[in-house]
Amino acid sequence: MSVAPDPVVSTPDVVGRARSLARRTWAVAAVPLVSIGLALLTSVFVIYAALLSTGRPLRLELPLEAYAALFDGAFGGFDEIVDTLAQSAPLILGGLSVALAFKAGLFNIGAQGQFLLGALGAVAVGVALKGQPVVIALPLALAAGMLAGAAWGFIPGALKAISGAHEVVTTIMLNYIALAVVAAAVSGPLDTPLSLEPLTDDVGNAALPILVGRNGHAGIVLAFLAVAAVSWLLFRTTRGFEIRTVGANPDAARYAGMRPRLLIVLTMSLAGLLAGASGATVLLGITRNMTAPYATTVGFDSIAVALLARSSPVGVVFAALLFGAMRAGAPLMSIRTLVPRELIDVVQATILLFLVANAVIRRVLALRGVRGGLEGVETITRSYGRDVTVR
Amino acid sequence: MENLIDALYGIPVAGLVFQFVGYLVAIVPAISPIILQVATPIALAALCAVLCERSGVVNIGIEGIMIAAAFVGWYVGVLLGPSLGGTPSAIFGVTPVLLVALAAALLTGMLVSALHAWLSISVRADQIISGTIINIAAFGLTGYFTSLVSLGSPVGAGGFTRLRLPRELVDLPVLGWILDMFLSQGPIAMSLLVIVVVFQILLFRSRWGLRTRAVGEHPKAADTVGIDVLAVRYRNVILAGVLAGLAGAYLSMEGTNSFQVGMTAGRGYIGLAAMIVGRWSPVGALGAALLFSSTTAVGQSISIFPPSGELGALMAQAPGQLYDALPYLVTIIVLAGVVGRSIPPAADGIPYEREATT
Repeated sequence: MSVAPDPVVSTPDVVGRARSLARRTWAVAAVPLVSIGLALLTSVFVIYAALLSTGRPLRLELPLEAYAALFDGAFGGFDEIVDTLAQSAPLILGGLSVALAFKAGLFNIGAQGQFLLGALGAVAVGVALKGQPVVIALPLALAAGMLAGAAWGFIPGALKAISGAHEVVTTIMLNYIALAVVAAAVSGPLDTPLSLEPLTDDVGNAALPILVGRNGHAGIVLAFLAVAAVSWLLFRTTRGFEIRTVGANPDAARYAGMRPRLLIVLTMSLAGLLAGASGATVLLGITRNMTAPYATTVGFDSIAVALLARSSPVGVVFAALLFGAMRAGAPLMSIRTLVPRELIDVVQATILLFLVANAVIRRVLALRGVRGGLEGVETITRSYGRDVTVR
Repeated sequence: MENLIDALYGIPVAGLVFQFVGYLVAIVPAISPIILQVATPIALAALCAVLCERSGVVNIGIEGIMIAAAFVGWYVGVLLGPSLGGTPSAIFGVTPVLLVALAAALLTGMLVSALHAWLSISVRADQIISGTIINIAAFGLTGYFTSLVSLGSPVGAGGFTRLRLPRELVDLPVLGWILDMFLSQGPIAMSLLVIVVVFQILLFRSRWGLRTRAVGEHPKAADTVGIDVLAVRYRNVILAGVLAGLAGAYLSMEGTNSFQVGMTAGRGYIGLAAMIVGRWSPVGALGAALLFSSTTAVGQSISIFPPSGELGALMAQAPGQLYDALPYLVTIIVLAGVVGRSIPPAADGIPYEREATT
């Protein structure tokens, strides 16, 4: 029996192929795009509500001015675009960390702590090797950050595999412990005697080289390489297949002879490594030293990135670019229009609210033939409170 | 007697343990009211979690509900304080504006909890993700409004004050510090014990409690005997929001008299751990919360009044920040120790969907 040739492949119908590509892209991107649009719209009302409730005069054009300033601050010129990339890179790495864990059915809320430990590992080794040649200092400092993050991810993974303690609670506790560890290290052994406030030395030769503009450091390249590496791991290797299987159906994975405990520990360690790399690149590329309360929200923003990307590594790039652009544009927005920069947290949170309620949005807007908002990651609650190690 | 104590303290390694026990015995009467104060928001969060999960809904968003309630309570005080003023009452320092602010905080708790109920019961979203998103949204919104409001560093509704026990009662041997612990408190901390006992009795001895547990363990069976599963879940999750709202109100209106961004500091999550350690029962949750709060209080006490002698010298070597991390560390250790033996309600976290009737 002869197989009929696929009409789309056999006839090089450019229009048809473009249409099919557009349809597939729309199916994947519709819900995130609609959520982003609705979130920007909702935030307009938040701006109005904030004006009214704090007794300021209502200016109807303020939200538009704020969004315009946000856009200018993110894409208004070469330096601004480089800044957007620099803000996106840690979110890409952190988003990959959370997304990878999602694929295995694990919820890594601990990216924040792993980020801090990554930065701490990088600054500890970076300061120690700051006089060494770049080829020695930089790779070792980066590796130290990644390993420290991996260790901070290994702990909740091992706790879950051995005792069944759910990673949602343990990783959050580890976030707070990471804060204390950083404070203890920076005000203790790593403190420079010359500074009044607890502060470490500069990392010197261990710093990531600046490639373009003011802060276009080499860590940005590293983030994009990590996207390729995680995609390859997840979709081209046996281990990646096992990780996805455990996430989709732990019982099936166990019956197929896979070892869920081992995969949980491995995935959490890898997730920690990625979040640690995120911390290490921010430290070695931008801040170059560490203060005792090392302020960052990358870890929590990474959860938003991974959710918006539906834990797809390529999707993480787009989600991280969006949130990175908002972070880059926020200072100009608050200077020019006096709208607090926290507005971007509101936008970010509203995007997620619309994403999680996507079933309603699809019904109300009659979006057909599109994929849901979060179904790729909705496997987390199943493992809640249950001992994964006992059948 | 004193010779004996000196001899015990002098034993090489075990002596340190005796010194620590001696230190604990010495400080517990002084820190006992603090133990209950630290435990109050954690225990209320844990009770909220118990009520939700006994009905079959996982609520990770307690932290967000608490911060939202704490903010609204404080902000209502800022808005209405000047117009509603009035003299505080002798006991608890109650003013009209404080009561309105408290009501607003509880209402906020209910509203945010209703959002979570809708997302997890009707929309059937993943409940952990829904809760996380509520946390992110609550922190984003409160941060945004705080940076607008706090430009003028306004004064909120103030706060409830603590009852002052007569000195003679506190000085009673043994009984004194227990009275001090439970009665030298503000109204929210003092009502905690009542809430726990009432909740425990209702959950295990009443019709409502039986229905709640049935819906959390086996919703299909509950449905078969005519219980409206979704309605019970909605009602309980929204009611649980009152408890989380009370926890938030405690933070901004009794524990302190102001609001700070992120002032919940993980207490909502520690409450979840307390629920697991307390095996999904109100009394157990209170016990676990007291365990965590005692650790916190002892940690604080060590950094303020370090023990003397050999033990103190040893403790002084550890960085002070590590004592701040103590409650989180204890949470992890206890959780890892008990979780396998603590079994959640069978339908916890699983949205209920009625099969089509034909």
